[in-house]
Amino acid sequence: MALLQIAEPGQSAAPHQHRLAAGIDLGTTNSLVASVRSGVAETLPDEAGGHILPSVVRYTAQGAVVGAAAREAAVDDPHNTIVSAKRLIGRGLDELKTLGGKLPYRFSAVDSAVPRIDTVSGAVSPVEVSAEILKVLAQRAEATLGGELTGVVITVPAYFDDAQRQATKDAAKLAGLNVFRLLNEPTAAAVAYGLDREAEGVHAIYDLGGGTFDISILRLNKGVFEVMATGGDSALGGDDFDHVVAEWIMQQAGIGSDAPPGLLRALTGKAREAKEALATASRVDLQVDDGEGRSWQGELDRDTLNELIDPLVRKTISACRRALRDAGVSPEDITDVVMVGGSTRTLRVREKVGEFFATEPLVDIDPDRVVAVGAALQADVLAGNKPDDEMLLLDVIPLSLGIETMGGLVEKIIPRNTTIPVGRAQEFTTFKDGQTAMAVHVLQGERELVSDCRSLARFELRGIPPMVAGAARIRVAFSVDADGLLHVEAEELSQGVKASVEVKPSYGLTDEEIADMLRSSIEHAGEDMAARRVAEQQVEAARVIEALQAALAADGDELLSATERTTVEEALQGLRDLAESAIDGDAIKQGIGQLEQACEFYVERRMNSNIRKAMTGHKVDEFE
Amino acid sequence: MIDLTKNYFDLFGLPVAFVLDVGELSDRYRELQRVVHPDRYASAPEQEKRLALQQATQVNEAYETLRDPLKRAIYMLQLQGFDTGLETATTRDAAFLMQQMEMREALADTRSHANPEARLDELLREIRGMLKAQVAELAVQLETATQEQLEAARESVSKMQFLNKLYHEAEALEAELEELI
Repeated sequence: MALLQIAEPGQSAAPHQHRLAAGIDLGTTNSLVASVRSGVAETLPDEAGGHILPSVVRYTAQGAVVGAAAREAAVDDPHNTIVSAKRLIGRGLDELKTLGGKLPYRFSAVDSAVPRIDTVSGAVSPVEVSAEILKVLAQRAEATLGGELTGVVITVPAYFDDAQRQATKDAAKLAGLNVFRLLNEPTAAAVAYGLDREAEGVHAIYDLGGGTFDISILRLNKGVFEVMATGGDSALGGDDFDHVVAEWIMQQAGIGSDAPPGLLRALTGKAREAKEALATASRVDLQVDDGEGRSWQGELDRDTLNELIDPLVRKTISACRRALRDAGVSPEDITDVVMVGGSTRTLRVREKVGEFFATEPLVDIDPDRVVAVGAALQADVLAGNKPDDEMLLLDVIPLSLGIETMGGLVEKIIPRNTTIPVGRAQEFTTFKDGQTAMAVHVLQGERELVSDCRSLARFELRGIPPMVAGAARIRVAFSVDADGLLHVEAEELSQGVKASVEVKPSYGLTDEEIADMLRSSIEHAGEDMAARRVAEQQVEAARVIEALQAALAADGDELLSATERTTVEEALQGLRDLAESAIDGDAIKQGIGQLEQACEFYVERRMNSNIRKAMTGHKVDEFE
Repeated sequence: MIDLTKNYFDLFGLPVAFVLDVGELSDRYRELQRVVHPDRYASAPEQEKRLALQQATQVNEAYETLRDPLKRAIYMLQLQGFDTGLETATTRDAAFLMQQMEMREALADTRSHANPEARLDELLREIRGMLKAQVAELAVQLETATQEQLEAARESVSKMQFLNKLYHEAEALEAELEELI
């Protein structure tokens, strides 16, 4: 009840418990969880003391195994062991073929746009695989922190499109987590760095992970992180370095691409090791056994590695150039370049980035942990543990959003790098006499042709009153929330016919699918759901009541007339009685809704009063 | 609710004037977002979340409008009841239109120029200079705000739209040339 909890200066808000929250870096290769404990954000270790959880899930007949044990099995059990699920999440089967590297999975031929991988425990979607990883991390956090998480912040690549964001949120829902916010990875890194150094100015965050690349340009000013531009490639990362090295080895060793999946996996592993070793050594020895008794020996030196990966590194520099242009700044304006993601350990990457920005990149926070740490700091703020905190993140949408118009062209409605939340509308008209329906095709991307952009959703506005062509006025409104998720609405203005969609990605799970999965997981829980629900709602009701009382004490007299105050107090008493006596969680929930409705005018007045207060001190007369 | 009858200047506590201190505007924008941003309401009930979302959206829209001189000018003309729609309002300044055509041709010829990057730089600088000159004119026109001056401001807006479009095309070409390096 944040609005009602805003305290007067010098007066503390109603005391409340520290609410447990965590930041999760759901990475392509590795994942981490972090939390703020005694004022310090740190990553949380597992029982064995390891912080990094390999993002690998192995399905066995007994269930899912997540982490290092699963990764070890990747070579022996390639079909049932899913690595880099993040590269598949929110994508359609047809898109997977365009991804770099070879996927050893058997995809089920199901009647669904969502790719499902056949395993011994059935067909699984990338969303479910990600949910398994999230569950393990959440359990780790709850065990370490000693309580239930009220919410989490999950990081996503800034360049993730709407479908990939939706799918990530679906995975969290499936894992039973309350998502406070999806946070862009570079922004999270900036938070970890910026708060650490109190560094004002314009910063570039270069984030090269296992499977994704992001570049963000942001300005830090008195605790506000304002993203100016973001760019990148959601299918480019250190894994691609491994693939080009693995391909080079295959070429050298005379191994064909028809080699067994286990060997291909092993080669990729060798390639990764070689790449990592070359961060310190100038050359490494290589040995490959092809499993049929033949073996090959050779060596890889740093120059050859550089040659192999240079085209990929160049792609990232091009993206940096674009982001700078979008932000309207030049390389000299950049105060710091922060390196994030394990792949920035590759020396060639540091060298090229330093060259481009003409400054030594910062590498002093562990690039593997910095994102999780930033997410934990944001989670702590969003949980309401720091009501006086100055930190605020203002992020942008990474890709333009638009709709299809005549001739297969895309009309952009919200351009990329617009600060969110944002709402924009545009009017369209009918092009045929008597046209009564209009198809709205929502797209994301920078190109002009529909076929070059990503299709997010289609829906139809029906019941347009018949008119001559060009007479109808159809308003299509886009709104993007603070998570970067899109909602679209179309309305015929003369008659007020409406149609709207919550943009459900073409490659996401449907609500029914998620509900089914949740149901089947709950059936095994064997918990008294009804009692739990009553308890939850009682806690929620108590929170609302407490907040409202604090608000009334603070400014009830100032903002409410005597009659209004009585109305509010009566409604408050009503909920209190209900919460004590009810045996049905839904009834309490309904009561909370009724109280909120009764107090709506008061909440709005408080918001206005807060806005006025924020702007006092600079009234118009100050300028006269 | 932020009072929707309030204009964007009022929202930021600024006088309705074309000339404004962008630094000041940004400071107030950040202060306002501290109050209304949805992140401040992450653990709040749905009703408050919706309210915050709506307010923050509005504040972003207002900020984006005021920050950009062209959008700010269009907005101020709208406040004065002027229709700035593209179809009805295009410039009749023949000399300007002629100059635009020449600049377009120059842009198209850049690719075959001996030193395309330098030529493009020159063009971009020229367009920036012209945009700046229009902004200076707008400051006078919108300050005086007689019917005649507002009409002239509408004309300036239309010219800026031409120039902006040209500038974006020049930037797109710049990006294309950079990719080739």
